[in-house]
Amino acid sequence: MTTETTAPNTAATGQAVLDARGVTMRFGGLTAVRNVDLTVNSGEIVGLIGPNGAGKTTFFNCLTGLYIPTEGEVRYKGTVLPPKSFKVTAAGVARTFQNIRLFANMTVLENVLVGRHTRTKEGLWSALLRGPGFKKAEKASEERAMELLEFIGLAHKRDHLARNLPYGEQRKLEIARALASEPGLLLLDEPTAGMNPQETRATEELVFAIRDQGIAVLVIEHDMRFIFNLCDRVAVLVQGEKLVEGDSATVQGDERVVAAYLGEPFEGAPGTDEITEVSAAETHADTTKDAAPGKETDR
Amino acid sequence: MTTQTTTPESPSTPNPGTPEGLVPIPPAIGRALATGGGALTIVSAFLAWTWTSAFPGDLTVYGYPGGLQVLVLIGGVLTTLFGLASYGVKGLGWLVPAGATSALRLAALGTFATAWYTILAITFQLGGIVNLEPGGYIVAIATLGALLGALALPFERPEPDTADPEDTPRERLVLDARNNIAVIKAAFASGTPTPARKLPAYAEILIIVAVLGLALTVFTYGIGTEYDELFLGFLLTTGFGFAAVAKAGLVSRISAITAKHRNVTLLGAFLAAAAFPFTQSDDQYATIGVYILIFATVALGLNIVVGLAGLLDLGYVAFLGVGAYTAAMVSGSPSSPFDIHLPFWLSALLGAAVAMIFGVLIGAPTLRLRGDYLAIVTLGFGEIFRIGVLNMDGTSGPDITNGSNGISSIPNLNILGFDFGQAHSFGGFTIARFANYFLLMLLITLIVVIVFRRSSDSRIGRAWIAIREDETAALAMGINGFRVKLIAFALGAALAGLAGTVQAHVTYTVTPEQYQFAHVVPPNSAFLLAAVVLGGMGTISGPLVGAALLYLIPAKLQFLGDYQLLAFGLTLVLLMRFRPEGLIPNRRRQLEFHEDAEAPTVLSKTGV
Ligand SMILES: Nc1ncnc2c1ncn2[C@@H]1O[C@H](COP(=O)(O)OP(=O)(O)OP(=O)(O)O)[C@@H](O)[C@H]1O
Ligand SMILES: [Mg+2]
Repeated sequence: MTTETTAPNTAATGQAVLDARGVTMRFGGLTAVRNVDLTVNSGEIVGLIGPNGAGKTTFFNCLTGLYIPTEGEVRYKGTVLPPKSFKVTAAGVARTFQNIRLFANMTVLENVLVGRHTRTKEGLWSALLRGPGFKKAEKASEERAMELLEFIGLAHKRDHLARNLPYGEQRKLEIARALASEPGLLLLDEPTAGMNPQETRATEELVFAIRDQGIAVLVIEHDMRFIFNLCDRVAVLVQGEKLVEGDSATVQGDERVVAAYLGEPFEGAPGTDEITEVSAAETHADTTKDAAPGKETDR
Repeated sequence: MTTQTTTPESPSTPNPGTPEGLVPIPPAIGRALATGGGALTIVSAFLAWTWTSAFPGDLTVYGYPGGLQVLVLIGGVLTTLFGLASYGVKGLGWLVPAGATSALRLAALGTFATAWYTILAITFQLGGIVNLEPGGYIVAIATLGALLGALALPFERPEPDTADPEDTPRERLVLDARNNIAVIKAAFASGTPTPARKLPAYAEILIIVAVLGLALTVFTYGIGTEYDELFLGFLLTTGFGFAAVAKAGLVSRISAITAKHRNVTLLGAFLAAAAFPFTQSDDQYATIGVYILIFATVALGLNIVVGLAGLLDLGYVAFLGVGAYTAAMVSGSPSSPFDIHLPFWLSALLGAAVAMIFGVLIGAPTLRLRGDYLAIVTLGFGEIFRIGVLNMDGTSGPDITNGSNGISSIPNLNILGFDFGQAHSFGGFTIARFANYFLLMLLITLIVVIVFRRSSDSRIGRAWIAIREDETAALAMGINGFRVKLIAFALGAALAGLAGTVQAHVTYTVTPEQYQFAHVVPPNSAFLLAAVVLGGMGTISGPLVGAALLYLIPAKLQFLGDYQLLAFGLTLVLLMRFRPEGLIPNRRRQLEFHEDAEAPTVLSKTGV
């Protein structure tokens, strides 16, 4: 095991919300995620950083059931998560996507209402018969959705098509849509990509506010200031492996992290056989990496 | 689309600063010419165009327009109205929220096309120009003048793409062609609509009633056209007329009003449709009406599957067949293997239920596939149904369906003592067999419309649209994609099955040949899909209009003969090129295809 886990900062933590153990994801010969352990405790904001192509998004996909990990298991509040993404959301883990995946031709409000899907029950019959129960549920859903839109500050654009929103607002809307499923854990994949500094600041506030609602947050980001301002704990993923984990100061001070970002060899580097395997993987992955930051292949 | 900019003239165009028309006539004269031409067209419709009644429609009478003259008259009225509106005449402003000029051009073009088509048809059919009376010459000149005048009106020319000096001559030719197309497009582009003055609710409802009355009139007229020339003229006039009215911004204004009063519109449309058999003196056109309704209802059911959930189903007609065969077998028909005669409500439920079961059976293994694969597999299942039914004749398989002979002599329905096979009279109106079935089918259509509307505006409907938009994201939002798609598929199947139960009684006989993938007679899977796409995916009125057109055109244009399918294909290609969102676009779809133009950024709730 080359990773060394620094004792987590237990300032505001409760019991583990997310507990990923030994998660490994292989695509043919390429090991995108190798034996990663990660826990997120309730009330925590945890950051996940790493150079392009490190496997962060792939790790997210393993957590949310979009990929079935080759090895390892993921527990949410003590129970193993089912390997289907809609069941993961129903269980209480919601996510956003690195390249925005809104329902472009639906309105802002409709997008959030779709997020309410798992928390409402009305089936086809109730839609066709339109009893009082249906109307009540629709009204309640709409009220909840409007609350969320007010929370992220998009209430005035409820009837706009999602595709017509500016980029920053689309990212916010994605967060609102994820929150609509009433998650206990929110996974954010590069929430500030493409935002200007003010918008990034606002997003920071938003994430804090989400945490204050009792939702644990795991966030991927390349903006280091954002990460170190925000996170109680940061994990660094390099070439699919977790290199370091600890509070902001620990991670910032770790020379291996700096080396990994700058591409210099570091103490405790993987063995030669591993290096050849990884470089093979890198050539395989170059096509995706070149497309950064708008990676189309990411889910 | 990228070339269609609305920036003012660039210095490189011939006349910098002043926008000009397609024809070099001063705009003031052009406007007068167009309006005056329209007025003269109206007058000329009352003159005789030819001296003999050999040409159908009797165009020989002074003071009484007949046949094609009526159509030209309507075109002339439209042209004059839009011409006056372009002068800013008070009271006509409401008709042209998006500007009158483009509408005027289209109206003039439509009138010109109809009039000249008539004149040429007379000349060729009767053998020479000598067969024209002075009225014929007058109408030809009047419509030509109106067209030239309308084309002379100025419009904002798009900035042409400039040629690259290294372009090959071929590339330059392509570029020139592209620039010319852009100019012509701009000539027919409409402006930004001005917001409507707020009308009291009763006035809006009156407008809805008037529009529905007009729609009924147009539809009845179209069904009743007696000869090819008249139907072609009808298509020309309504096509250009509708385009002109749409360019004037009137269609979107009216659809906003109908969206506001959805229930009134639905009720009104239902009543207008129910009035149709009462406008007919014999059962001939009610027959067409009932076949159109069956076709349209099934297309609307398919629209749930294709338009809402985004599942391309190429074997949909099989579910209509399942419903029809089920109803036929329990109808007490002598050629049915079962000797039972269920009441209609029971056989209708049974037909829908059996079709739904088939839907689930076919959907369960196939709906895990995405996109093209699903289309191919459903196409296969559709054919399996037909061939399966064909072979269950007692020799190649069990004796259930009577093979290619089908189940025949299906008795007429009798609901609560009301015999659908007999003519009944109500207060002076006689309602014969097909009209009876028309009214019954209308009820089924209403059910399907309500099911469509209610399911689309609900949790499940949003889930369908979400799946269509982005399946991965929809799954990540907790939507059980497979389950939700299966519900759409089964619901669509059940609705088609329901329509099938009526169809079996209307046609007396059900045979496997009625349920093919592609065939000259609708409904078949290809035409059903075409009706949805042509009319407008995800809308209610779209498939209804699409189905009516797709049924009427082959039925009325007998001269097309063997070229029907070719013409059908050509039309589809052209439509997909120029109006991919369909005749009656869903607002969402319109935004999808025309990002730059005429798209509202706010989507209000629409049920149209
Ligand atoms: N479905 C897939 N099939 C094959 N290889 C994949 C697949 N998804 C990801 N990969 C590869 O896995 C590696 C990790 O990719 P991933 O997208 O997880 O990186 P990342 O850390 O999110 O990078 P970035 O910061 O650029 O978003 C890359 O080399 C990528 O090419
Ligand atoms: Mg990523």
